[in-house]
Amino acid sequence: MALMKIVRDVKLGAKTLLLHKLRSMLTMLGVVFGVASVIAMLAVGEGASREALDRIRMLGSDNIMLHSVKPTEQPEDRGQRQRILSYGLHYEDERRIREHFEHVVRTAPVKEIRQDARLGERSHELRVIGTTWAWFALVPRPVIAGRVLAERDMDQTSNVVVLTEHGARRLLATEQTIGNRIRIGDGYYEVIGIVQNEEASGETQIPDSRVDAYIPLPVARERFTDFHVRRSAGSMERERVELHRIIVQVNDNEHVESTAAAIERMLANNHPNGDYSIQVPLQLLRQAEEQQRIWNWTLASVAGISLLVGGIGIMNIMLASVTERTREIGVRRAIGAKKRQIVSQFLIETLLLAGLGGLVGIAVGPLLADRIESLSGIPTIVPTYAILLSVGISVTVGVAFGLYPAARAANLDPIVALRHE
Amino acid sequence: MTSQLTDAGPATAPAAEAYAAGGDDERPPIGAPVVVLEDVHKHYPMGDQVVRALNGVSLELRRGQFWAIMGPSGSGKSTMLNLLGCLDRPTSGRYVLNNHDVSDMSDDELSDIRLRELGFIFQSFNLIPQLTVRENIELPLYYQGWPAAASLQRATETAERVGLGDRLGHRPAELSGGQQQRVAVARALASDPQVLLADEPTGNLDTSTGQMIMKLLSDLNGQGKTIILVTHEAEIAAWARGRIHMRDGGIERIEGDG
Repeated sequence: MALMKIVRDVKLGAKTLLLHKLRSMLTMLGVVFGVASVIAMLAVGEGASREALDRIRMLGSDNIMLHSVKPTEQPEDRGQRQRILSYGLHYEDERRIREHFEHVVRTAPVKEIRQDARLGERSHELRVIGTTWAWFALVPRPVIAGRVLAERDMDQTSNVVVLTEHGARRLLATEQTIGNRIRIGDGYYEVIGIVQNEEASGETQIPDSRVDAYIPLPVARERFTDFHVRRSAGSMERERVELHRIIVQVNDNEHVESTAAAIERMLANNHPNGDYSIQVPLQLLRQAEEQQRIWNWTLASVAGISLLVGGIGIMNIMLASVTERTREIGVRRAIGAKKRQIVSQFLIETLLLAGLGGLVGIAVGPLLADRIESLSGIPTIVPTYAILLSVGISVTVGVAFGLYPAARAANLDPIVALRHE
Repeated sequence: MTSQLTDAGPATAPAAEAYAAGGDDERPPIGAPVVVLEDVHKHYPMGDQVVRALNGVSLELRRGQFWAIMGPSGSGKSTMLNLLGCLDRPTSGRYVLNNHDVSDMSDDELSDIRLRELGFIFQSFNLIPQLTVRENIELPLYYQGWPAAASLQRATETAERVGLGDRLGHRPAELSGGQQQRVAVARALASDPQVLLADEPTGNLDTSTGQMIMKLLSDLNGQGKTIILVTHEAEIAAWARGRIHMRDGGIERIEGDG
């Protein structure tokens, strides 16, 4: 019975709205875009935050990353392009960190080398990393075939190489390649294993992104020295860098920040020119989470403003409608409608506008998010809470912006309303 | 200024009784008082002055009577109609409508009284444009909470009673003025109220259509409805069986016995 009445009231409301189809549609459009943009913005925020957090998580929350940084060029250096620039982390730094810090479990030194490699007829430039067996303890990745670097490989004569999926693809290496030799630079290396690597994008570096092959660090020092040629903007630069990166693993999350601070103090002493940077994924994670929260709220607020505008549009139309239908309200009141029945009549109309607009918005929102993803490449994830939130918001908008016009209608003096022209 | 209006009442058996399907509250017999005003005053503040629109009116109208309230503008007849129609409350005095003392009722209670005891017929018909003839007639039933089927049946019957059984699905704009006024009459009749209040019901109609509407009202009165008509046209007022002349917020004289 009560349900029948509601159905009837809703039908009547819909009928009234259909009298002014264009007007009702335009009014709804405000809510449609409001809700759609709230959903799309939350999806963008969610997508971005998940990506960033995933990336940082991949760095490991108990790790500390040290990078060599090329010092900013001093003005007097100009015109001395041929000078060899020496900077960055030293082998000595790595040893000290490994040996002198209480909470450090292990360290993985990283030396980056770009060399042409050849397997059979196939030749390709590879991004090779000289590191120790600790790398594979620190950055565990599934082994596809063979084995990874071991402690026994850590001498100058152990010419072995572990390929990543990437590198294997470049050289067309397969499981059968294991045990065969590939040529890197001037030397031959035995392929001992192939490991998976995680694809990464964006500016946060995952330890094994952009790596094709790993060779033992002692071999890398011996064969490729510390001199690197860098081609940039048409000029060639020679640099001397011992280690490009050091990844430090701490035994407990709790000690990450204190250890990082201690390492920083040590490096500050030994590197007065600041040719290094220190990155604490745990801190980054916290910062990123905080930033994402702010960012999400900013996006949602901006979208919320369009929803607000939509709500104001509804209120505006409903106020116009109340004025237009003053006489009708008077008649209804004279016939015996109570104030609350007038309120509910107008409220049902606003709720229909807002609710329908909200539903369309919920349909459009994910499409909008998709569009943003395909146009900008920003990954988007439509979270469930965004849908629920939008439903809630559109109903709230309907009630909030419908209540005043409805109350105004109900509070009209029936005598005055009946006389209204 | 008290006027006792007694009346034998029309002898017709009211067909309207048949419509009281929902077991209405007990109906007073023909000739019982339905409208009783006792020393009713209505004062409006206007600027720093007080307009005395009604100044001590006492009146007793009985069931089955047909009265016309007449008077020049400013005589208080509109105020009288608003009070009688429970759209307004008296400043002082008592108004008893069909045994309900409405003088101090709340807005909701007044709405309920209007819904159950009164039917309004307006000069400008006042049909709701987006609703069909049927839906307009159903309006009081809707607010009374009738189930859909019963409401539909009652609306159809009432429309047939005013000769519009074939116009149920039309919108007001598709009807002539006379037809629209007949829909309004049907709407006023739908919930079978005690009293019909007609405010210049022929004011927007040509003479012959106006006559038809008056004939309809007269017939309804013949079937036992109490009708109170407000008009300034003597010709229209002549349809009533009694005339109350108002002047300066009071009753000037009474003609006929309703």
